Order: sequence, then C-alpha cells, then structure tokens
Amino acid sequence: MGVDQTLGNNVITTSLDKLVNWSRSRSLWPMTFGLACCAIEMMATGAARFDLDRLGILFRASPRQSDCIVIAGTVTKKMLPVIKTVYEQMPEPKYVIAMGACACSGGVFDTYSTVQGIDEALPVDVYVPGCPPRPEGLLYGIGKLQEKIMNERNSFGAVIGVGERISEV
Amino acid sequence: MSEHAAIGKLKQKFADAVLDAVEYRGETTITVKKEQIVEICKFLKEDLGYNFLCDLCGVDYLGKSPRFMVVYNIYNIALKDRLRIKTPVEESDATIDTVSSVWGTANWHERECWDLMGISFNDHPDLRRILMPADWEGHPLRKDYPVQGPDREPYQGRLQ
Repeated sequence: MGVDQTLGNNVITTSLDKLVNWSRSRSLWPMTFGLACCAIEMMATGAARFDLDRLGILFRASPRQSDCIVIAGTVTKKMLPVIKTVYEQMPEPKYVIAMGACACSGGVFDTYSTVQGIDEALPVDVYVPGCPPRPEGLLYGIGKLQEKIMNERNSFGAVIGVGERISEV
Repeated sequence: MSEHAAIGKLKQKFADAVLDAVEYRGETTITVKKEQIVEICKFLKEDLGYNFLCDLCGVDYLGKSPRFMVVYNIYNIALKDRLRIKTPVEESDATIDTVSSVWGTANWHERECWDLMGISFNDHPDLRRILMPADWEGHPLRKDYPVQGPDREPYQGRLQ
C-alpha cells in the first residue's frame, strides 16, 4: 500500500542542483568585516541571543574562506578600494548583503566622502534597511538570501563546467 | 578677573606680533601675527610651560579678510592651564610655518589642516593628505566646497 519505496526507507531522491543549493544556503560563511555601527548589530546577531551558528553561518576571518560579505556600515570613498579587494578575493559563488541605510543608499551621509550605496561598486543580493537594523532584520535578510540561493538553477552544472548558474528573483 | 599671565609676557617679548587678547568665560585667546608663530610657540612651550598641543585646526571665515585662522589650543600640564593662540592667514598666501619642531604632535594636526582646509605649512617634514584619499582634489572643509562633492548636483530640498 502507499508509495513503493524501492530504494528502502532511508534513501531520498532529489536533484543535484537542490543538493548544492541546500548545502550553500545552509553554510553561508560571511566575511568578518564591519564598517560602522551596523557591525555592532551584526555581532549581536552572531552572538548568543540570536546565534547565527545555528543556521550554519560562521564568520570567517579570511575572504578566501567566505562566500558572503555583509556590508555593515557607512562606506567611505577611501574604504571602497579595500572592500573591492576583499570582495575580489572571495571565491565564487559569492553573495553581498547591504546592511543598513548607509550601505543601501548612503543614508544620512549625503556628502562628498561617502559612497551613495555599495551597489555602485558590488552586486548586492539583499538590502536590509534600518539605522541600524535590529538583529531580527539581518536574520530576515539572511533568510531572504537563503531563499534566493535555493531558487538558483544549474548550480551543479556550473560547478562541473556546463553552462552558467542562473539566479532569478 | 585678573589678566592671564601669558598675555603680559607675550606682549613684553613679542610686542609687534600680538594683535589681540580676549578673555571670555575663563578662556584666554591671543591673536598673533603668523610671521613669528614658531618663536612664539617655542617661547610658550619652553619658558611658559605649555608642553602639550591639544589641537591645531583651521577656521574658514569665508567672505572676511583674512579668510583663514589657524588655531592652536595648548595646555600646561603642570599648572593645568589652557591657552588658545589664533593666527590669521590670508587666502592669497595660505601658508604658515610649521610648529612640528616645537610640538611633535603638530605634524599630523598640520597634515589634517592642510588636507581639509588647504592651509600649507612651510618646512613641514611630511605634508601629505591624512584623512582624504591620496588622489583627492580640493580641500573639503572649505566653506566654498560643495558638501555633496564637486561632481554632483547639489541637493535642492525635497519639495523642489
């Protein structure tokens, strides 16, 4: 009766894309990189109360080991080349979360020295508004990024060199 | 309130250089000519004991002449006594001698003043930009510098 489980009841079938997406979205390793007051909220999100570790999100101290960067704070024009370098050092696939009003749009710093949103330089996947956003806000943004990763197609094919990864929002 | 001791001593030694001396709410401000600033600072440090330069900054009085003012906030640690020295600097000749030979900390303060105000310091050992990127053009704390940068339309307000 019911579904015939020919492979036995401890085997599940899925697509390779889904398997890759699942492992990527459940082990987002962000770069340890804070710029301003948003970094404090980012740290609070990582600490005991909100505990990013339970989502498989571990802050890494090297861009070589990261696949996500949280732009947490005001980006000055002097800091921008540094951020670009760090971003370029990260291996593919890599994701960018713009955290807070400054990283999204420049915020209140509508001045000569401030980059008016990090999307002028990096491809942003998720914008988290707020000044600064509460940890719940960042968690929600991370959830959105995980959703986005889960909806990617051909992520396995791209790894073995067949075509490109297709990301649709 | 009696006059601050440094005023009399400065007037005695540098009679031509002292332009003005003001006491307001317990703060003493002495305005001097910029030509003798190094000698005055050396005298204040070595003879009057103002051994700490708290801050050195530039002020832009756009529209007035002289346009700039370089301000030295100094402190006598032994006597816990503060003093402010101001020096007018013309826009056409926005230079003043460095006091980094008197107080070492003046080195970075003068770099900041040059970076943001465009007042250059003669004989400075290392006059580079300190806050803005090295390839920056202009001096952004000048009153005639557009606050949103020279390459952007200035903000006109939400309702326009």
